[in-house]
Amino acid sequence: MFAKTTRRLLLAATATFGMAMSFAAQAGEVTFWTWRQEDKAVYTDLFAAFTKSHPGITVKFEAFPNENYNTIVSTALAGGKGADVLHVRAYGGLEAMAKAGYLVPLDPAKVPELKNLPADALASETLRADGKIYAVSLAGQTVGILINKDLFASAGVAVPTNWADFLAAGKALKAKGITPIANGTATPWMDAVFHSAFTNPFLGPQFVTDVLAGKANFEDKRYVDALGHLLELRDMLPAGFTGVDYPTAQQLFSTGRAAMFVGGSFEIGPFRRANPKLNLDFIAPPAPAAGQPTHVSRWFDSGFAVNAKSTHSEDAMALVRWLATPEFAIPAAEKLGNISSLSNAANPDPLLGKVAELNKTAMPYIMLVHFRYESPTGSDLLQDGVQKMMAGTMTPAEVGKMVTDGIAKYYVPFQKK
Amino acid sequence: MTTRTVRRWRQGGWIVLLLAPALIILVGFVTLPLLAALRYAFYAFDGLAPAGFVGLANFQTILFEAPYAAWTMRALGHNAIVFVCLMLFQNGLAYLLAFALLKTLPGHRLHQVIVFLPVVLSAVIVGFLWKLMLHPLFGVINAALGLIGIAPHPWLGDENTALGAIILTNAWHWLGFPALIFLAGMQRIGAETLEAARLDGAGDWVLLRRIIWPLVAPATTIVFTLTFIGSFNWFELPYVMAGLTGSPGGTTDVLGLYAYRLAFGSATAGLQDFGRGSAMAVLMFVFLAVVSAVALKFLRRREMEI
Repeated sequence: MFAKTTRRLLLAATATFGMAMSFAAQAGEVTFWTWRQEDKAVYTDLFAAFTKSHPGITVKFEAFPNENYNTIVSTALAGGKGADVLHVRAYGGLEAMAKAGYLVPLDPAKVPELKNLPADALASETLRADGKIYAVSLAGQTVGILINKDLFASAGVAVPTNWADFLAAGKALKAKGITPIANGTATPWMDAVFHSAFTNPFLGPQFVTDVLAGKANFEDKRYVDALGHLLELRDMLPAGFTGVDYPTAQQLFSTGRAAMFVGGSFEIGPFRRANPKLNLDFIAPPAPAAGQPTHVSRWFDSGFAVNAKSTHSEDAMALVRWLATPEFAIPAAEKLGNISSLSNAANPDPLLGKVAELNKTAMPYIMLVHFRYESPTGSDLLQDGVQKMMAGTMTPAEVGKMVTDGIAKYYVPFQKK
Repeated sequence: MTTRTVRRWRQGGWIVLLLAPALIILVGFVTLPLLAALRYAFYAFDGLAPAGFVGLANFQTILFEAPYAAWTMRALGHNAIVFVCLMLFQNGLAYLLAFALLKTLPGHRLHQVIVFLPVVLSAVIVGFLWKLMLHPLFGVINAALGLIGIAPHPWLGDENTALGAIILTNAWHWLGFPALIFLAGMQRIGAETLEAARLDGAGDWVLLRRIIWPLVAPATTIVFTLTFIGSFNWFELPYVMAGLTGSPGGTTDVLGLYAYRLAFGSATAGLQDFGRGSAMAVLMFVFLAVVSAVALKFLRRREMEI
């Protein structure tokens, strides 16, 4: 009796398992992992369009919390698991995965869509060691200043374009009881954003060229002087700014208590959703003096890659190729509110179109683009330093030295003989 | 097989069956990760995959190489500050509170519940709650201080007050726990002992110092050991209130946060390195195990002596 039941159970289990296996193979379902939980609806819509043009392949969207995404993906990949198509980071974050052999290199002959991407976008998803591209870049992010046009108008202050006017505008706004800049320094990565926005116009592209050529480091007078200018902005920040974190800064700006928010183009969408009445503009940071050029800062922030252990690699590759076409990029940019990495994807949104225009003279967001490949990363060092400098416990020269010494651990041109 | 052997087998089977779930969970979620961390500590990592055995190099890096060595010592120093402050303020106050509760004053049951209530809250809830209350612009603490003429202050944003603010939050959260342990210890002292001391003219202070303190030595041992382990394993509260980097400027960085950063990096700044992260975790484990064992031995001897 017992043996008979067991045999039946075993049979039933085998049959169910066999059916499940054949179902999975037949369905042509590609799994997709991302940290963008908030974009689920947009991706689901776009993936439906993909299935329409690629009958037989469906995409299953799965999102994980941003702060745990690296941990979850790295654990899954190390165990030979994980989704077929992965949303991956760029630069050093991409290298960590690609170096370990977890991703499929994209061969330009087999992925002709790579032609749609400009060189710096391709570089952001390339492993420097083998020169191969591992992901198609999704979007570029631009650092500048978001402004509340209504607050400027009501205070009778003109939007400033150079440093002297910028400081004067700050004083005028403050006199009217308006916090000029919403940012605080409690959230370290925001300090790096703030730093890049205001120092890049003072530094100019030549400084980046010199650092990359090994002719200058972060103790350079140009850099220390640029850092010093950040201190002039302390009066424009909210009271108790050392304790003001990222969500608080967003609240101050979206509720109309602060006139400016120094941040990335990725803030445009969330600010519009938080307060649809906000009369937004996105401007370049002030130029050092009237008539001089200014520069926004730019990086490419993520891409899509195929898992080397994918059991649906052909379907996964079809999806990744499609993700590098305007069919995906244009509606995605519009719905996600970002600037597509594709050179030929025009953005119908006027504000995002303006950002794309500013990108023509953009400088790289230097720590992420060039010094986040080895530890201690330039970002780690800089964020710590700027936070202390703004609090008054480090001088600009000390920050420059700390960043240079830290990077010198692996960057030969900074090593003192 | 005799009936006896069958019965013995059956009994053994039951024991194995009942122990198995606990053992599987313990081995799967505690022992194996510990062993994996021990192994990873001796490997270099290239990106996410092990790139070869490197002996003690990871330990050498985090203990002796700039800037890691300075970061390690800074974090360790903060853990030590946390431990000393919690021992003095949290546990000192808990000792006095336990004595007050022992007196069974009117409403003591309600007070007992109130003192213990925060302990049942999750550290994440407590952290968020206090972060909001300490907020520089909208916080109720600054508003209250404003009423007595004290200017608003960014408690969690000032390098001089951030760690103190988080320690105070921790003390508020955990106060009831040592208080309860001390109270249980005090209740074990016979009422006649305390009565006799009182008849001999001992006041509260003498009672607390000369009679109760030596007699609650076993409770002190437990409180000391748990506070020590808790202080050097501190993670949730600083993570919620100060972030992964121990903001501002690393002044609230502790070993738990630092080990996590070394291993997993952060989405906005750092890279992952399981080798160094594991090395840090192994050092923490060894430090905690050795110091706890030595302290326990010392405290047990002290219990006997007094």
